[in-house]
Amino acid sequence: MDAVIDNLPTFLEGFRNTLGLLALAGIGAFILGIVIAAMRISPVGSFRAFATIYTEIVRNTPLTLVLFFCAYLLPYLQFSPGYFQLAAIGLTVYTSPFVAEALRSGVNGVHVGQAEAARSIGLTFGQTLSFIVMPQAIRMVVPPLINVFIALAKNTSVAGAFFVFELFGAARQITNERGDAVIAILLAVAVFYLIITIPLGVIAGRIEKKVAVLR
Amino acid sequence: MTSVLYDVPGPKARARSRVISVFGIVLIVAALIALVVVLGLPKASANGAVQPGLWDASRWDVFNDLQVWRTLGIGALNTLRMAAVAAILALVIGILFSFGRASENAWVRVPTTVILEFFRGMPVLLMMLFILLVFSTGSFWAGVAALAVYNGAIIGEALRAGIKALPSGQREAGLAIGLTPIATRFRIEFPQAFRQMLPIIIAQLVVLLKDTSLAFVVGYNELLRSGNYNLSQFFGNRYSFSFFFIVLAIYLAMNLSLSWLARVIARRTGSNGGGVKPTGSTAPPSKPADPNLIYSNALGAQSTAGGVV
Repeated sequence: MDAVIDNLPTFLEGFRNTLGLLALAGIGAFILGIVIAAMRISPVGSFRAFATIYTEIVRNTPLTLVLFFCAYLLPYLQFSPGYFQLAAIGLTVYTSPFVAEALRSGVNGVHVGQAEAARSIGLTFGQTLSFIVMPQAIRMVVPPLINVFIALAKNTSVAGAFFVFELFGAARQITNERGDAVIAILLAVAVFYLIITIPLGVIAGRIEKKVAVLR
Repeated sequence: MTSVLYDVPGPKARARSRVISVFGIVLIVAALIALVVVLGLPKASANGAVQPGLWDASRWDVFNDLQVWRTLGIGALNTLRMAAVAAILALVIGILFSFGRASENAWVRVPTTVILEFFRGMPVLLMMLFILLVFSTGSFWAGVAALAVYNGAIIGEALRAGIKALPSGQREAGLAIGLTPIATRFRIEFPQAFRQMLPIIIAQLVVLLKDTSLAFVVGYNELLRSGNYNLSQFFGNRYSFSFFFIVLAIYLAMNLSLSWLARVIARRTGSNGGGVKPTGSTAPPSKPADPNLIYSNALGAQSTAGGVV
């Protein structure tokens, strides 16, 4: 236990970097995901095809490989803004198709009858979208989206293997120094991760329940 | 659904959409070609030495060496071996978890729930490190155990959701004909739930296959380590891009074929599946769909997390 307390500043620094990665990659993936999702439901065929291929390829590539590319090969191409930024780029790219899929499934999940009803009482395209479809779609999108961000929070740990000092990196460093208290140290790191993931999961569950009642 | 949002496009709108589409193709293709050309240009490094472009033959000649392909093959086999062992164990653990969570005895149910939440909220990588350091199992078993426990927890949740979505008449009928509660669960409920959840389980196995690459970090000689790391250390930086492309292609081939299998099975079990009518909002949609979509619907809130890692 003393190993944990002694190294608390190191843990907190790692935790801060984990949160930083989560925020940076989360925002990036959200924006990129919106673009991809918009391309996937757009009437323009070529955009749709591009977005589909992008989604399939990125979704079937291991995150480790993506981050390997960012950490080893991008600097080789003389693009090296620092490992933290590189890891954030990798996580953004890796997470964006999942965001896009969550968004798309939300919009597709709104029943066709809703839009038909709105059209038949004479609402215009804009009114249909903003008063009928979007309010329902956003509600349905939020829980899966939160789940994507939970996964992202866990995925930031992979960045720790590629020269970023976040929680997992902190765990590796501290366990190297204090080989006698490995269990306590790793459990402490696990608790830090759970601090992020469990509340997010509870929020997602709450919203899911609310939506289920409404539908 | 998009077609309901606005009137059916007339000839003008369709022509416009076609023009945009052609324009889009040109734009995308041009961007890709530009990328390829830029990567192919010879580039000067910081100290002034000029290196050949990425498509230059001198960067690809290693692949004439049979030994390189052998190393890659062994790496891929190691990846598949880890995935296979971990998948079997994950299924077993998942079944155990689902029984624990659906148990009527609170002494079983509550601890199982807590353990499950704990495992699902933790990064697989941390679990691997934990098992490696605490049990000193060696990298293969550390990877297998972590993957099995993590994915087992998620498969367990899927199976539980499947059991919960069954009509309660199934269980009552089993009990009524004199089966014990355990026999009812095994012989009546579980086969139906398993079938219903098969697409989700296979989607999770794709995730497992992808996640074997995490064992790279704990030092297991799988495809990523042997292909990208060992080989490019051995042959030098010059070839690192070539190795990256080959490893990426192998991974994509493995994962896409498994994803494709998942989709085929989803279609087959979805349309004329074993007569189980889902009830309630937690049930998977009866129409076949992308396993990932079924996944989020079926498991409720916290579950999709796993499908993403």
